[in-house]
This record gives sequence, structure tokens and C-alpha cells, in this order.
Amino acid sequence: MTPRRKRLWVVLGILGGVAASVALAVMASRENIMFYFDPTQIADGKAPQHKRFRVGGMVVKGSVQRNPGDLQVRFVLSDFAHEVPVKYSGVLPDLFREGQGVIAHGTLDGGGTFVADEVLAKHDEKYMPPEVAASLKNKRAASTPKPAATPGNPQT
Amino acid sequence: MKWTWFHKLGSPPYVYRLARSIGPWLYALAALTIGYGVVAGLFFAPADYQQGDAFRIIYVHAPAAWMSLSAYTTMALAGAVALIWRIKIGHAVAAACAPIGASFTLAALITGSLWGRPMWGTFWAWDPRLTSELILMFLYFGVMSLRQAFDDPARGDRTAAVLAIVGVVNVPIIHYSVQWWNSLHQGATVAKFAKPSMPGSMLWPLLSVLLGFMLFFGAVLCTRLRAEVLNRERQSSWIKEALSSR
Repeated sequence: MTPRRKRLWVVLGILGGVAASVALAVMASRENIMFYFDPTQIADGKAPQHKRFRVGGMVVKGSVQRNPGDLQVRFVLSDFAHEVPVKYSGVLPDLFREGQGVIAHGTLDGGGTFVADEVLAKHDEKYMPPEVAASLKNKRAASTPKPAATPGNPQT
Repeated sequence: MKWTWFHKLGSPPYVYRLARSIGPWLYALAALTIGYGVVAGLFFAPADYQQGDAFRIIYVHAPAAWMSLSAYTTMALAGAVALIWRIKIGHAVAAACAPIGASFTLAALITGSLWGRPMWGTFWAWDPRLTSELILMFLYFGVMSLRQAFDDPARGDRTAAVLAIVGVVNVPIIHYSVQWWNSLHQGATVAKFAKPSMPGSMLWPLLSVLLGFMLFFGAVLCTRLRAEVLNRERQSSWIKEALSSR
């Protein structure tokens, strides 16, 4: 084996070793790297009980109730399989609206309501001009009424 | 197959002259493509149906983020070539790449957080994509300072190359973070094998800026590489000749 070939294998060996250990570490801490839990995981009891965590899902259409006079707002988050009611008091981001994916940070109270102290809007990867969005909406309304998003994929 | 062109790339005087002759062309082409992309993206592309005009930050943010990854990969490859085949010019290329890549990373992080404040509602979140991109910046800083940390420059080069190669595992993690984990950051709009989720009027300026950033990276690389080569070869006799012939 020439020294050059040996160095090649040493470099590849180091790279492979590091990649394998990073992959194992990442797999072991998968839950911790998850930025949020979805409502199904909460229903299955996978979310932490007495600790702060994040829940992500789609704001159910027609579920947003605002308190006149203060910043209290209640809404329901869904991943099209399960739902979680959320209570929040504070300023909502620009992209917060019904049918939009959001991520709430807070704790679950005894009655199954998620009390959030921070709400972030999750944007999807689709971009389009307003006219296109409007015409898509019209087309969808004209054809058979189908759910706008596929189940289990709350962020699109 | 003739390998002479490849072997020539290992010769510092040849690389120096090559960088000197193609550098200006790269700058000119970069100015054209970035100019078109920025004007078309900021003034002529339609506003987004949800984000309005705020989406236009994508014309800087996404190309800068792409380049932060490709500059790192270039740096690691150059380091690997230098380590394995003992081609010294590889270390010069890697040293020239690092500050450019770090600047692209910083630009991606800053523009992203400016966009995140109004859109997500926060400047920063410890989301997998954001965190791994921050680690990329620390890797760049580490590679840059490790190179300076030894009295013997050859040792600094080799240690920096090892760190650059080890850190390359972070590149696929950044790229796939939005698929592997639930993240706040959205998925890819433009993927290699899929139809982009964006109409052409918005997409073409973006691709033009991306091409422009690549050319700009090449152009700055040429400038920095010349400085690196001059500094590293300052004892050699060809320097005087190269500097006087122009």
C-alpha cells in the first residue's frame, strides 16, 4: 500500500467514524431534537407531563376566539387526527391565521388545555402571487369540496 | 487521457496566473447575474400571497445559505486533496475559502433572523436547521483559528484540514434537518429532483442570484487565493517574475 493510499484510507476512516458516531448520537436524542410535538403524540401520552414543551399543528378553521378588551385568545390545533385546545395571551405573529401551521410553547394543564406563553407561526415552502392563490381557491371551491391539506402533514 | 492540466493545478505559479486571469471575468459575470436577480426579485417579482413583500428576503437569504454549504464542502475537499496527495496548493485554497464561507453563513443567519421576527414571531429558535447552521459558523471559526494556532504553518494547515473534513458531516445534517425532524424552518422550495413550489416569475431571479453568488464566491476565491499563494511562496524566485510581468 502506497503512503498516499494509506492517507486516503485514514481520512475516509476518520470521516466514516465521525459520521457513524454523529448518526448514533442523533438517533439517540431524536426526541430532544424534535422542535415540537404534534397533537397525536400528546394524545398518545408521549409529551412531557409537567414540563414545558412545544406543540405544532394547524389552527382549526373557525376555532379562534378572541376576548374583546384584552389579548386573550383561544384556538384549537389539529394534525387531522387529534386536536388540542390552546389558550394564549399576547401578541400573535403576522402569519397567524386559521388554517395556518403554528407552534405553541407552554405546558399542558390538568384538563387537557395547552396553556401557551409563546406562539410562533410556521411558514410552508410554497410561494405564490396573490392572484394565483385566489384563482386556486376559486378552482378548489368550484370542484368537489376536498380537504385542503393531506392528513398527517400539518405544515403544508 | 491527459492529466497535465490537473497536475498543473498543483503548481503555485500556474494557479497564481490562472486566478489572475479569470478573476476579473468572474467579478463581471457575478455583477451581471446578481444585478439582474436583485432588481427582478426586489422590484418585478410579484409579492407573496401570505408574506407580502417580506418574502423578498429569500433573494439574499436562500443563496447565502446554499453558498455557506458549498463553500464548506469546497474547503473540506481542498483540505482532503492536500492531506492525501500532499498537494500544498490545496491548503491555500482551503485557507482562502474559510472567511468567504463564514461570511455567507453569517449573512444567512442575520437575514433569516430579520425575516423570522415578523413572520415566525421570533428572531431565534433552537430549531434543528437554525442550530446546525450556527454550528457551521463555529466550524468555520474553528478551522480559521486552528490554522493560525501553530508556530509551524504546515502543522496548522494539516490540523485545520482534519477539522474541516470532520465537520463535513454537518453539511448533510443542515440540508436534511427540515425533513428528519419537526422544525420551525420550512422545507426546501427548490429541490433538485422536484418541481419548485414557486412560479417562474419568482424563481428565475432567485436562481440568477444563486448563480451570481457562486460566481462571486469564485471571484473572491481567486483574489484571496492569490494573496495566500504570494504569502506562502514569498521565498520563491517565480514571485518576482510573476509580479513584474503583467
